[in-house]
Amino acid sequence: MIKDITIGQYFPGNSVLHRMDARVKIILTAVFIVMLFAAKGIEGLAVGIVFTVLTFLFSKIPLKMMGKSLKPIVPVVVFTALLNLFFIRTGDVLWEWRFLKLTHDGVDTSVFMVIRIICLICGSSLLTYTTSPIDLTDAIERLMSPLKKIKVPVHELAMMMTIALRFIPTLIEETDKIMSAQKARGADLETGNFLQKAKALIPILIPLFVASFRHAEELALAMECRCYHGGEGRTRMKQLRMSILDLWGSLFCMVFLAGVIAVNALVK
Amino acid sequence: MSENFIEIKDLRFSYINDLEDPPVKTEVLKGVTLGIKKGEFVAVLGHNGSGKSTLAKCINAINLPEAGGVFVDGMDTLDENNLLPIRQRVGMVFQNPDNQIVATIVEEDVAFALENMGVEPAEIRQRVDDALKTVGMYEYRLHAPHKLSGGQKQRVAIAGIIAMRPDCILLDEPTAMLDPKGREEVMKTIKMLNGQGVTIVLITHYMEEAAQADRVVVIDGGEVVMDDVPRKIFSQVEKMKELGLDVPQVTELAWELQKAGYDISTEIIDEDECVAKLAELLRGQ
Repeated sequence: MIKDITIGQYFPGNSVLHRMDARVKIILTAVFIVMLFAAKGIEGLAVGIVFTVLTFLFSKIPLKMMGKSLKPIVPVVVFTALLNLFFIRTGDVLWEWRFLKLTHDGVDTSVFMVIRIICLICGSSLLTYTTSPIDLTDAIERLMSPLKKIKVPVHELAMMMTIALRFIPTLIEETDKIMSAQKARGADLETGNFLQKAKALIPILIPLFVASFRHAEELALAMECRCYHGGEGRTRMKQLRMSILDLWGSLFCMVFLAGVIAVNALVK
Repeated sequence: MSENFIEIKDLRFSYINDLEDPPVKTEVLKGVTLGIKKGEFVAVLGHNGSGKSTLAKCINAINLPEAGGVFVDGMDTLDENNLLPIRQRVGMVFQNPDNQIVATIVEEDVAFALENMGVEPAEIRQRVDDALKTVGMYEYRLHAPHKLSGGQKQRVAIAGIIAMRPDCILLDEPTAMLDPKGREEVMKTIKMLNGQGVTIVLITHYMEEAAQADRVVVIDGGEVVMDDVPRKIFSQVEKMKELGLDVPQVTELAWELQKAGYDISTEIIDEDECVAKLAELLRGQ
């Protein structure tokens, strides 16, 4: 179950979304977030939902993958829903029990919030599903390259991100191994209260830290052996290239953003 | 041919642990002199801590000599301007495949060294495809490395090195973490590369692998103690055992038979040869 984490995992494919330039995709994801937050009512949000569903269909990502990326945020969604349900006290009262009060407005807002969060996660995980981490960091490096002028180590940051992404599965595997090893020696990870459980994690975390230092050291050596000497004079096998596809993608996104704004104005 | 591709002259090297007070100096290499010719397949043997990995790291300028010198294709490793040309000529493959793969896609990892060297994108593409085909991993080029088997990962790591088109590859126990099948895959790849004229320096714990080399160098206590063809090295079974090393199983068998009074030479390193010799022995009786 620990291996099921999918955040930041690339799903190889050849869809329209896969073929778009990573830089454009990052910017459009930002536009998408703006779009969702610009929606004032459920009607505006509907436009956002249509956009999310359409891009999801374009990406040809299996529905199961989407489900996986939604799973970890279930607690957040539930929490948001409950908070909105019971803390908004305006509007017609639907149900009341002692200090708990459920109002029409509360239900509305909480439905709205839940849909917005789900759209947000689905839409932005499409970015990482359809863009290989190298393209992603490459794009971030390019987008941030103006910051080099003010001495921000852009290349180094991008390299760190690539390596971090690369080592997520390795470290997860390692964690699994360490957990089994400690369990085999009688470590109890499942029972006890929160504090005891947290304490039981120490014998997992320490070997994991030591192991990651060892990984880092060897990796640095291997990188040096392969002529790594920082970002200077580096070329890329895959050049980021914008195509007509990116223009259409941007247009598509802008139309929906305009749609949300228009719906907002109309409903008012 | 007297011209050596790698020339090691009276090399000394120590690790200094400056966490202790006063700093503790451990001398690892105590005057190693060794020449390796172009196209040779050299196996380096030695028990743990004998200094064989340290020696390998001296060859591609990761470790710099304290005294003496290391020359690759005539270039001194002490000269900082030679650093990148040396590392491009001498690639290194490590034991743990997980710790040398940088990228999340096989082909992007193979391209890593070339990107560092500033090769043109079209040329990178070409060389990456060639390298992946050479190690037989072309159809896995779009896979994620962590989903491959150990042997496949190690072949990807080798592809990442041969994409640089090096003259020599140093392999530091490349098969130590692999299962027998993975080990065989990697050995096949190494032998094929050697067949194409690449100089191979293989550090290993497996005597059967060392037996496939042209030449075996045995290191003990930071010095070269034996340097000969595998047949001559392994026939000295007692000396090898003294150094804490094994010999191939077939050599061991011949040695035991010899000890028991049978007339058989210990200069046997492969199975077919052993079978033939044993058949001869049985017929003679």
